[in-house]
Amino acid sequence: MARTLFDKIWDSHVITDLGNGFVLLHIDRLLLHDLSGARALRDVTEKGYTPAQPRLIYATPDHAISTMPGRTEETFPPGAPLLRGLRENTKKFGIHLFDIGKDGNGIVHIVGPEQGLTLPGTTLVCGDSHTCTHGGMGSLAFGIGSSELEHVLATQTMVQRKPKRFRVQFEGKVPEGVTAKDMILHLIGDLGTAAGTGHAVEYAGSAVRGLAVEGRLTLCNLSIEMGARTGMVAPDDTTFEYLAGRDFSPKGAMWDRAVAHWRTLPSDPDADFDREHTIDMARVAPQITWGTSPEHVIAVDRAIPDPDRGPEDKRAAWTAALQYQGLEPGKPIEGTKVDWVFIGSCTNSRISDLRAAAAIAKGRQKAPHVNAWIVPGSERVKREAEAEGLDRIFKDAGFEWREPGCSMCIASNGERVPPGQRSVSTSNRNFVGRQGPGARTHLASPAMAAAAAIKGAIADVRKL
Amino acid sequence: MEKFTRVTGVAAPLMRQNVDTDLVIRIERLVNNTGRQGLGPYCFEQIRFKPDGSENPDCVLNQEPYRGAPIILSAENFGCGSSREGAVWALAGMGVKVVIAPSYGDIFYNNCFQNGLLPVALPIEEVEQLADEMRASPGNARVTVDLENCQVVSPTGRVIPFKIDARRQHALLNGLDDIAQTMTHKDKVEAWQTTDKNARPWVWL
Repeated sequence: MARTLFDKIWDSHVITDLGNGFVLLHIDRLLLHDLSGARALRDVTEKGYTPAQPRLIYATPDHAISTMPGRTEETFPPGAPLLRGLRENTKKFGIHLFDIGKDGNGIVHIVGPEQGLTLPGTTLVCGDSHTCTHGGMGSLAFGIGSSELEHVLATQTMVQRKPKRFRVQFEGKVPEGVTAKDMILHLIGDLGTAAGTGHAVEYAGSAVRGLAVEGRLTLCNLSIEMGARTGMVAPDDTTFEYLAGRDFSPKGAMWDRAVAHWRTLPSDPDADFDREHTIDMARVAPQITWGTSPEHVIAVDRAIPDPDRGPEDKRAAWTAALQYQGLEPGKPIEGTKVDWVFIGSCTNSRISDLRAAAAIAKGRQKAPHVNAWIVPGSERVKREAEAEGLDRIFKDAGFEWREPGCSMCIASNGERVPPGQRSVSTSNRNFVGRQGPGARTHLASPAMAAAAAIKGAIADVRKL
Repeated sequence: MEKFTRVTGVAAPLMRQNVDTDLVIRIERLVNNTGRQGLGPYCFEQIRFKPDGSENPDCVLNQEPYRGAPIILSAENFGCGSSREGAVWALAGMGVKVVIAPSYGDIFYNNCFQNGLLPVALPIEEVEQLADEMRASPGNARVTVDLENCQVVSPTGRVIPFKIDARRQHALLNGLDDIAQTMTHKDKVEAWQTTDKNARPWVWL
């Protein structure tokens, strides 16, 4: 029977059928970070269990560490006990830790693919909803809560119910100024934040095939913002070229065997999906969010929506969002003054993201009133960017060049946008208070964010 | 895990779409808090309190009879966003036993069952009618959520059936622990792993 990419990975990981639609699923990779990971490791051992497969578990602190240049674990004191706990327990159980300041450290969803830990055809989980990012490698990856995390630590398995299958095809030529971030924001704007609930999404179509791996990771990263716990892109030569030679990728004869297996994974041509949606790329323009949900998104050259003209069931939410954001309906969003620009997060802090932002910043100056931060996604991204001189370009343009971490995307390390101030961010959530209490967030691509820093206002990157 | 069979109490109409887990509990409360307890006072703090720390009287959760309600009524996509299980711990800490909404974020939905909190999915029309019946009452209206019979009984006595996975229903009714159950399959897990090490040796570092 014809099967999808998702079916093939799922089926091959079923250990046993538990009845009533549930199965016991093997987990090939468990990634831990300093917030959920450190605690789960502590709690599960307190219950008398030990990590079942420590060699399939990898840890990297990212959430509760400062990204200030010259930082140490003590720079953000509330995070220090978490990091110490993570160090202690990973050492005790023989779990590989990518510690701060060391090669391999970084945001957990940057590190997995970058190190070759995230492989096509594997199941991968982490106590973080953006684990769907790893689907860009052709991995079945999803975020889990603390209790499920303890379950995986203790058993290397999960009790799961099979989601439905949803394919989104992006077809056509990618227009000027449009990136993977714009593609996925456009999709969420089209379908809403709950369209993917209960579904595993596969992104396909000519525009996805044409994306480099880093773009595919960005695309999959926002799957959870449309409700899907997992999003994936079929592995192909682009994936294999990206993976070849990475630290933990298979080598030599093993590599050839792995690639032969990976080539069998893409969805069969006649495989069925429970739901299908197609996006015509000609319709996709650079995106910017205006409200407090990722579905509150428009093309940058459009006007701020008027709740009175919107769908009836959204009016209350739109009105509240505009009030929180301090925006007037009907006005162009372009030109809205911004105070902060944050380029970073598991969505958009890879080397290609920094290159795109640097291309805009090069030879220009940020607006004097804007605080503009560049937070590379990992130690390796940071070093690679410095070797290329990107840090110089940013510093010359007045941007701040920082250490890797989650930083202002989630503000769990005290790095916040102050109340009432407006930020253009390359992150993934514009929720109320996400970047700090009262902070007003506009999500956009790295080039759009850099353009906003230069102009001091929301700007159309195509006009720079 | 705590068992869940039936709850009768006030249902607070927090009728908004896309209640995300950042709104339920701010992340710094989880950084600064060492366990699953003690998060109740911070639950929904961004809407329950004003920036100066005083109570926001406009928030339904601060109004009588809804203060301390064991049941929350809400709109589509409740618990979307972050995977933080702290959202469930915070709700439980505030005394919430049941959420009734048309749909849920997938991760939040799973997390609820790990903590004895029941997420009931009902069509928006039903949730709105429950909210209307609560608002129309002088304060003595109660909603009953019965997991054994999979039904909600409204303040006016309407019986509304709901669906839930049989496995989850059984686990909640009996307060079963997932890890202990999975451990009974240990032999099958090991057999699967032995086979997989031959089939996909590159996965096994």
